[in-house]
Amino acid sequence: MSLFTMKQIIEAAEEKGVKISTVAMEMESKESGLSIDEIKKRMTNNYDIMKNAVSHGINQVIPSVSGLTGGEGFRLWQGKDKGLSGDTILKASSRAMAVSNVNASMGRVVAAPTAGSCGIIPGVLITIGERLGKSEDEIVDALITTAVVGKVIAQNATVAGSEGGCQAECGAASAMAAAAAVELSGGTPSQAGHAAAIALKGVMGLICDPVAGLVEVPCIKRNSFGAAQAILAADMAMSGIESVIPVDEVIKAMGDVGHAMPEELKETAMGGIAASETAKKLEKKLLKNDM
Amino acid sequence: MNLFDIIGPVMIGPSSSHTAGAARLGKLARNIFGEEFNKADITLYNSFSKTGKGHGTDKAIVAGILGMEPDDENIKNAFELVKKSGIEVNFNYQDSNREVHPNTAMIKLYEKEKSMSITGCSLGGGRVMIQDIDGFKTEFTGEFNTIISIQRDKPGIVAYVASYLAQKNINIAQMKLSRKSKGDTALMIIETDEIPPESLKTDLENNEGIYKIVLSII
Repeated sequence: MSLFTMKQIIEAAEEKGVKISTVAMEMESKESGLSIDEIKKRMTNNYDIMKNAVSHGINQVIPSVSGLTGGEGFRLWQGKDKGLSGDTILKASSRAMAVSNVNASMGRVVAAPTAGSCGIIPGVLITIGERLGKSEDEIVDALITTAVVGKVIAQNATVAGSEGGCQAECGAASAMAAAAAVELSGGTPSQAGHAAAIALKGVMGLICDPVAGLVEVPCIKRNSFGAAQAILAADMAMSGIESVIPVDEVIKAMGDVGHAMPEELKETAMGGIAASETAKKLEKKLLKNDM
Repeated sequence: MNLFDIIGPVMIGPSSSHTAGAARLGKLARNIFGEEFNKADITLYNSFSKTGKGHGTDKAIVAGILGMEPDDENIKNAFELVKKSGIEVNFNYQDSNREVHPNTAMIKLYEKEKSMSITGCSLGGGRVMIQDIDGFKTEFTGEFNTIISIQRDKPGIVAYVASYLAQKNINIAQMKLSRKSKGDTALMIIETDEIPPESLKTDLENNEGIYKIVLSII
């Protein structure tokens, strides 16, 4: 039973009256031979690593290896109570940047789906889980939902910045997190699909333009936007707003946009903000320095 | 592709291709060399060369040759650790070599008179490909148990190894053979589903046509 589209997965879940994660685990178990318990155990281990990265990054300023960034997650966390965006968005966004900070400092993270976008899913899941008082088991299920949405995106489009730009990395992560946030909120599988589509449309066309080729600028801040957007997309879907274009078609469109993007805008550090005057100066300095 | 390729791998940042993949290349080079070494010459190509410092590619490769996995938090201390171990490490940089993959490293390990040069590239998501061992073209990922045989290019060697594996009930998943010229030295890469026994190395090296067997177990 290999399911390749969100439509197939959503229909399978709704027919049985179960969550997307339940269908995903059954599918994975058949394909890999791992038992459902083993799958949950491995995913719980990944979740533990995500939690460690979050608490490491929000409690202190961690400079990156290049020295270009550091402390973004920590600073926003400090400001979360007086911020305009509200508690949930600010917590999720600072947690997302905290994980990205850990990544940029050569700390331990879980690629989700990539290292460049590794903050979005932990930021959203931990924050929404905490807000709704969910058990670890339920959050791990939601993490499995993110994985199956990501698998569909990887199979039918791409999750690599070098192939599809930032929309394929942070965009995919945001869509994956949005679907999981709906699941945690008690929404239907079909609402989860709408949330994923809405989130992905929000970043359609986003290029990958890392300054000096490093996973720092603008990647760390884009992780925070990916998290905020996932929550807003989940809220829209939970309010009954639907994506006019079905999620599978949005995914395909994202892949097509990625292929149409010039190479300069796909992780090569030759376009976008990576080609700005200041970025070029920084690049020269960073490459000269013995970091 | 499974769910843990999407939420995973667990790795040391910042880049799955430039850090995690680099550590894996180092680890595979260590396994392929198969014994202690006292010197390593590492050449970084293209993107590995240009952005390697900021991504910790150099540290990750050194960590790999010291035996660390891509999720080892000591990767960032690899330079200090290698200094302590007494292994001499030299880096070379080739910024633009269009003949090789953008993320390529050549790792040459030495022990006294012996040396071996291993070239591989990082494909993204932490996955890698070993492309060249001492001038022999190869294509293997290290994701399977791998037997590397350096042997004479003559009839019967492949059959000898294959029947040995059959006797031990080991299934061959992939196999590739290459040689420099007819009758010269050949290199055979066999990826297996089951774990080959430790005695395989001595058993196969008993054949006078087989010069060296290296085992890389996952």
